[in-house]
Amino acid sequence: MNAVSHPPIVEHPSGKEIIEAIKMAAVKFIVSVPDIVTSAGLLWPISKDPDFRLIRICKEDEGVSICAAMSYSNTRALLLMQQTGLMDSLNAIRAIAMDYQLPVCMMVGLQGKEPHLKPVDSAAYGVRIVEPVLRAMNIPYRLIEEPGDVAHITADIEQAYRTSTTFCFLIGRSPTA
Amino acid sequence: MRRDHALEILKRHVSDEIVVAVYQTLFDWMGINPRDLNYVATGAMGQASSHGLGLALAQPEREVLVFDGDGSLLMNLGSLVSIASASPQNFHHFVFVNGIYEVNGAHPLPCGENIDFAAMAAAAGYRQVETFSDLHDFESRVGDFLAGPGPAMAVMRIVAGDAYPRDYQYIHSADVRNRFRKAISSS
Repeated sequence: MNAVSHPPIVEHPSGKEIIEAIKMAAVKFIVSVPDIVTSAGLLWPISKDPDFRLIRICKEDEGVSICAAMSYSNTRALLLMQQTGLMDSLNAIRAIAMDYQLPVCMMVGLQGKEPHLKPVDSAAYGVRIVEPVLRAMNIPYRLIEEPGDVAHITADIEQAYRTSTTFCFLIGRSPTA
Repeated sequence: MRRDHALEILKRHVSDEIVVAVYQTLFDWMGINPRDLNYVATGAMGQASSHGLGLALAQPEREVLVFDGDGSLLMNLGSLVSIASASPQNFHHFVFVNGIYEVNGAHPLPCGENIDFAAMAAAAGYRQVETFSDLHDFESRVGDFLAGPGPAMAVMRIVAGDAYPRDYQYIHSADVRNRFRKAISSS
């Protein structure tokens, strides 16, 4: 019987690198419902970082509205959540971020994604549908999975605020702190 | 207490505050006090309190008044806890209670009017909670309520008054969002 072979698992971006990139984009508020993928590498360090104000919310669609409202005075924020929260917030994203063309920037942990697979190839239905749903809604996104991906974060956030468009980062593997 | 009469009283207390309002209360308010600092584009039902929180945090020097509905707030009850946790002193939350989904056919809310929003807000950690059902009482005490620190909730037990037209096209327009953006940057 042949063993199943997987592509090699490459090193992935650290939480520290991602946080630095978020800071470089002048983001001051992190709005979050905890997510196990990003908990240790992002949310716990952010919670102790004096450069951010962390707003803990009870449900992710609150965060869509908070980030959207802040954008009117060009106050930059990032909504940090799991893909379950993204799915739960689709109507708010549709109405507030997309219909109103507001710069709601989201960072979404893909809970259940296998490290060696792309999201669309995941065995987990809840992971596999994320990119097709974002594409169906015309939401621009970037997978933060490999070392070079983190270099785009600052520019993507800058672009979102400059053009008043929403953007979604997908975190495929738990960043280390 | 008629809603339009209560809004007429609130108008006397509003100058450069941001007002976030929803549904029929919004349409009545736009008729009574049209101004660019009215934040009308809340998008999804239930989200007014969260928009208000974002505005209050981003602009701590400016007062934010949210004119919510009972059916709307029931869709976002967790926001009471999020607001209390963030604790913006410049956040005053009015909940207009009539026990029905007024613009969706006037169907009753689950439990109708028997929902104690004041108790919910107090339990969540709002600093100040009041309930008003009489117009003269509201008129005499609303100034003190607004002068007190937020997050604060006023439960407004109302009946419909004159109904102002429901201009959905206007509240979802790019023009109204641009006007609001300009107004907060210039005042």
